[in-house]
Amino acid sequence: MARKDTWKDVEKGAIVTRPGSAREYKTGDWRSQRPIYDKDRCIKCGVCYLYCPEAAIKIKEDGFIEIDEYYCKGCGICARECITGAFKMVPEGKEEAKKK
Amino acid sequence: MSKRVGIEVSLAIAEAVKMAKVDVIAAYPITPQTHIVEGLAEIIAEGHLDAEYICVESEHSAMSACLGSAAVGARTYTATAGQGLELMHEVVYIAASMRLPIVMSVANRALSSPLSVWGDHSDVMAVRDTGWIQVFCENGQEAFDLTLWAFRCAEDKRVLFPVMVNVDGFHLTHVVEPIELPEQELVDKFLPPNQYPETLDPAHPVTMGAFAVPQFYTEIKRSQEVALEATRPVIRETLDEFAKIFGRKYNAVEKYMTEGAETLLLTMGSYSQTASLAVNELRKKGEKVGQIRLRLWRPFPFDELREAVKGAKRLIILDRAISSGGPGGPVASEIRSALYGIPGAPKIAAFIAGLGGRDILPEQFVEMIKHGIEVADKGQEGPYEMLGVRE
Repeated sequence: MARKDTWKDVEKGAIVTRPGSAREYKTGDWRSQRPIYDKDRCIKCGVCYLYCPEAAIKIKEDGFIEIDEYYCKGCGICARECITGAFKMVPEGKEEAKKK
Repeated sequence: MSKRVGIEVSLAIAEAVKMAKVDVIAAYPITPQTHIVEGLAEIIAEGHLDAEYICVESEHSAMSACLGSAAVGARTYTATAGQGLELMHEVVYIAASMRLPIVMSVANRALSSPLSVWGDHSDVMAVRDTGWIQVFCENGQEAFDLTLWAFRCAEDKRVLFPVMVNVDGFHLTHVVEPIELPEQELVDKFLPPNQYPETLDPAHPVTMGAFAVPQFYTEIKRSQEVALEATRPVIRETLDEFAKIFGRKYNAVEKYMTEGAETLLLTMGSYSQTASLAVNELRKKGEKVGQIRLRLWRPFPFDELREAVKGAKRLIILDRAISSGGPGGPVASEIRSALYGIPGAPKIAAFIAGLGGRDILPEQFVEMIKHGIEVADKGQEGPYEMLGVRE
């Protein structure tokens, strides 16, 4: 099959004609550390949700949160801002991260 | 009937923009471009042109506003000069990469420091590689004509690149010349309404000026470069169309008295006319001298230039800018590269003069030609010589 990503396939002005295509871009690949979430410490305040620059934190129906690892870059802002210390940043690939 | 009027060249450019029926002008006044945009502001205020005039806070904003305007398919114009073009710099690249058919007049001016509002080509040489189509005018009629042509060329579906029309600050912008202004009907015939193919439209959302990771950037640049190269025949074709409608023919490279010429003087911009007086004088004395005028600067007209200098023994080049710490003037360095390895190519003697608004008199062009012949024949041509500098 012929490639579809050669210079001849570039739209005029490199316009992206398919809306929302940036959604496919996996920023989770950038992560060198990941947040480990401790539900027991969570008070459902939503501060992490507000601060997450990647909108990688979702608030579930029960008020607890869920981290979307496809987008989480591991910046650690959630851990820094969390009032009760419910996030712990651990190096990516370490035992503690794998256990989760 | 077209009418011939005595008009300041800046105001004639404003008249061309009016006749092109632009939709949006976003500009910041700067000497020596001021009369162009002041003229346009007046034309709009008096109700002669139904356009949006956006008063911006800087040239960076001017070009940014032009991007948005062109992206929705509006016919868009701006003008600047010298420091203004430098402040605009990063957005100048973006306009070309996004393939937005903006037209910009540049009233060529020297760069600080020392502060100089007078003319040379330092400003445009700093945006040489931005991807714009760039032409240089040598007189007022040409400034009017090429401004009209710029819209036609930029908006052609086979082009879709911004076009920069260079006019020498003061030596062109501030002189009054007899200029033939055509009938609106003819202009409309030459310049159909802008039909930009992919506009910003909420009903069909697209992303313009997106982010590109290393996996894509090279392919995007390659496609842009191939597209700019492909504009050469369209530039010729649209200039031919201009000639058919208005009766004035412009070429990428212009030849003057080149028949049998052994020495050619190459110039760009308004000094070309003064230089031709020197060529006339030397011809009268039986010297085999001719002149080449470079009108199209980007995309560089390699074929036309090589054809134009064919058979000449010496080529004397004038630059009105310095490529600091480099091989001399940008024009000479470009032409050396264009002629490199071509059998029988002329010897090149390069001169830098006319900086910061300094005049070059006809007799100085005569001196330049004579001195150029001498150093070329002795094989003493260095990278460049500065002419008229007090030693």
